[in-house]
Amino acid sequence: MTTKTKSSAKPKLDFTSGWGYAPAPESSEHIKLEKRYGHFINGQFVKPSGGKYFPTINPSTEKQISEVALGDARDIDKAVKAARSAYEKVWKKMPGSERGKYLYRVARIIQERARELSVIESMDGGKSIRESRDIDIPLAAAHFFYYAGWADKLEYAFPNRKVEPVGVAGQIIPWNFPLLMAAWKIAPALACGNTVVLKPAETTPLTAMKLAEIFRDAGLPPGVVNIVNGDGRAGAALVNHPGIDKVAFTGSTDVGKIIQKAIAGTKKKATLELGGKAANIIFEDAAIDQAVEGIINGIFFNQGHVCCAGSRLFVQESVADLVIRKLKDRMQTLIVGDPMDKNTDIGAINSKEQLDKINDYLKIGVEEGAEMWQSGCAIPKNGYYCRPTIFLHVSQSHRIVQEEIFGPVLAIQTFRTVDEVIEKANNTPFGLSAGVWTDKGSKIFNLTSKLRAGVIWANTYNKFDPTSPFGGYKESGFGREGGLHGLMPYVNLK
Amino acid sequence: MARIEILKTYKLYIGGQFPRTESGRYYTLLDKKNKVIADICLGSRKDFRNAVVAARAAFGAWSGRTAYNRAQILYRIAEMLETRKAQFIVELIQQGSTKINAEKEVALAVDRLVYYAGWCDKFQQIFSSVNPVASSHFNFSVPEPTGVVAVVAPQDSSLIGLVSIIAPIIAGGNVCIALASEKMPLCSITFAEVLATSDLAGGVVNILTGKTSELISHMSSHMDVNAVVYAGKDQKEILLIKENATLNVKRVFVYQNDWNKTESQNPYFIFDAQEIKTTWHPIESIGVGGAKY
Repeated sequence: MTTKTKSSAKPKLDFTSGWGYAPAPESSEHIKLEKRYGHFINGQFVKPSGGKYFPTINPSTEKQISEVALGDARDIDKAVKAARSAYEKVWKKMPGSERGKYLYRVARIIQERARELSVIESMDGGKSIRESRDIDIPLAAAHFFYYAGWADKLEYAFPNRKVEPVGVAGQIIPWNFPLLMAAWKIAPALACGNTVVLKPAETTPLTAMKLAEIFRDAGLPPGVVNIVNGDGRAGAALVNHPGIDKVAFTGSTDVGKIIQKAIAGTKKKATLELGGKAANIIFEDAAIDQAVEGIINGIFFNQGHVCCAGSRLFVQESVADLVIRKLKDRMQTLIVGDPMDKNTDIGAINSKEQLDKINDYLKIGVEEGAEMWQSGCAIPKNGYYCRPTIFLHVSQSHRIVQEEIFGPVLAIQTFRTVDEVIEKANNTPFGLSAGVWTDKGSKIFNLTSKLRAGVIWANTYNKFDPTSPFGGYKESGFGREGGLHGLMPYVNLK
Repeated sequence: MARIEILKTYKLYIGGQFPRTESGRYYTLLDKKNKVIADICLGSRKDFRNAVVAARAAFGAWSGRTAYNRAQILYRIAEMLETRKAQFIVELIQQGSTKINAEKEVALAVDRLVYYAGWCDKFQQIFSSVNPVASSHFNFSVPEPTGVVAVVAPQDSSLIGLVSIIAPIIAGGNVCIALASEKMPLCSITFAEVLATSDLAGGVVNILTGKTSELISHMSSHMDVNAVVYAGKDQKEILLIKENATLNVKRVFVYQNDWNKTESQNPYFIFDAQEIKTTWHPIESIGVGGAKY
C-alpha cells in the first residue's frame, strides 16, 4: 500500500490479497471510427475551411484514436447559416408532432447503437465503461425520448401563454459527459422548434460525430443540427456570431462569465450551467454505510469530473471518526484503471491538462496545511490517472474548499449543529447541488429548503433523469435543463 | 391669515428607517413652473451598500414566512395605499399628471398589489412539478426566491411602475433595493411610508432616490446582489448593467412594459426572480408486493 502522507493509518481490512479481479475488458472491435472527422454542417460531413485537424487522444493509453477538424469562424458561419435556413424553411414550420417523431427516431437509434457509443465514450473520455454503458448513453437516449413527447404539447407547459421557438441556438458542451450533454442541449432545443449549432468539447468530439451520423440516418432535415469541432476559438466565434438567438453553455464559471459578458450587448438569450462545489452533509442519525456509499458516489463518480460532485464533505462531529474510517476502508476497494474494464470504478482523467490541474490542487492542499490521504490502489503506468484522494483538517478558507477541482478529490470538514452546517454549506459563490444524509424527515426538509442550490439529493447523490430539472443558483449559472422547466430556455412566451 | 403648510422632508428608506443620504447631497425637484417641490436625497454608493446589507439581513425571515403570511402583508400594503390615495394623487399632479390620470394610476397601483397578494400562495403551484423519474425516487421541483434584487424603476412613472416591479419580486419571497425615478421621485418615498406601516419587515423593500447614471454601476456590480431588474430603454445603461452582472453571474431582467396595461401583470414576473430547486429522495423498494387495496 502506498500513501502520500505519514499520518495515513494502515487499513484495517485486507484489500490486497484474495480481492483480485480477472480482467473483464469490453471489446472495442465492433466500433466503427473514421481516421479523421470534419464538421457536420447542413446534413453533410465537410472538411474544415482552414484545412486543419487535431488529434483526439485516448486518455487511458495516451494514444491517438482519430483526428477532428479544427473549426474556425468560417465554419461557424456556414453552420449558423445552415441552421438559420433550416429554421426558417423547415423546422419552425413543421408541426410539433412531426418534429417529435424525428426525436423519437434519434432516441431509438441511440438505444440500438448504445454499446458502440458507450465504448467510444470510454475510449475518448476515459470514463469507466460501466458508467458510460449504464448512465451516459441510456440517459442520452432517454432525454431524446422525453423531449420528443413535448414537441406537440408545449401549449400545456406554459399556462396562458403562446409558445414560440427562439430561433438558432448555439450550444457549447463540456468533456465530462459528452454525448449526454449533447442530448441535454439538443433534445429540448429541437422539441421547441429551434435549430442548433453545437460545439463539442475539444478532448471528446467522437460521440458527437457518431450522433451526427445518427441524425443523418434518422433523416433529420439538413441544417437542423450542425456540429462544428474545434477549441475555444470556435466556441467564441459561435457565441459572438450575430446569427444566433440563444447561447447554451455548460462548463466552467470563468468561461461562463466571459460568455455572459460577450452577449451583454445583444438580445441573445442564455442558459449557463457552470461550476459547483457541493456540500455533502452527513448527520449522526444517517444510515452510515449508505452515507459512505453516497460520499463515494458523490465525489468519485466519473473521476470527479462532475460539476455537481459532492466535493465538500461535512460530517457531524460525533460520527466523524467512524465515517472517515469507513470511507477510507471503502476507498481502498475502489479499482482505478482501464476504463474499458467492467470492473473499473474510476477510469482515466480526461486529459493531461486536467490531470496537471488536479495535481496542482493536491499540492496546494498540502501546502495549505491540510492532511492528504489517498487510497493505496495500483494505477496503470501509461495514461492519466489520479488516486481517490481526501483532505482532512481543512477550513472554509482553503482553496481546495472554495475552488472547483473537477477531480477525485474530497475536502472533509466537521460540524456540530444544523445552523452551523447550513452556514458553512452556503458559504460559497456556487450553488449547483448539495447532499443531505439523515434518517429524520423533518431535518431533511429543513436542510433542503435552506441550502441555496438547484439540486438537492437527500439520502442519495448524483442521480439524473430527463424529467428532473438541473441547474444552479448564484455563480453556478441560470436556466434549467431537463424536465418541464428545461423547455423555458428554448421558447419565447407571447 | 392662511396657515403655513408643513412641508415633508423626503428621505431614503433603508432597513425600515428613513435616513437622509449619508452623502449629504441633494437635488431640487421643480414643478412645471420651475417652482421648488422638494429637495430630494441624492443617494450614494454607500447608501446602496447599506441597503444591500439591510436587504440581505431581511431575506431569511421574509423568504421563510409562509406564503399565506406574505399574501396578507401584500394585501395590507394595498389597504394602506388605498387609505392614502389622496396624498399620492396630489403628488402625481405635482409631478405633472392630470387629476384623472393620477386617480387612475393610484387605483391601478392598489389593484396591482391585490393582484400579486393573491399570487403569493399560488405561483408555486403553477411553476412547480413532481417529476416522474425512471428510478425509485420521489422527485419534485419548486421555485425559490433568487435573493437580493436591485431594481431600477422606470423613469416615466412615479408610482405604478415602481409598484408593478416591486410587488412580484417580494411576492416571490425576494428582498429588493429600488432606485426611484429620478424625474418623478415623490411617490416612491411616500410609498415607503405605506410599506413602513404595512407589517412589512424593515429591509424587505429599500428605496433610494438619486441619479440613475451614478448608481447603476454600483447596483450591477455589488457582489451580494443576485439579480437586477432594469425598467427602461437606454441601451448604454442596459449594456453596463449586463456587463457588470457577469462579475457574480447576476440574473438581469429588462422590462419595457406599459405598466398602465393589465397585460403588464402576470405570474411570469414573479417567476423571473425565482430559482427552480429540485429535490430527490429514494423510495424504499423493500416489500414491493404491490398495493393490494
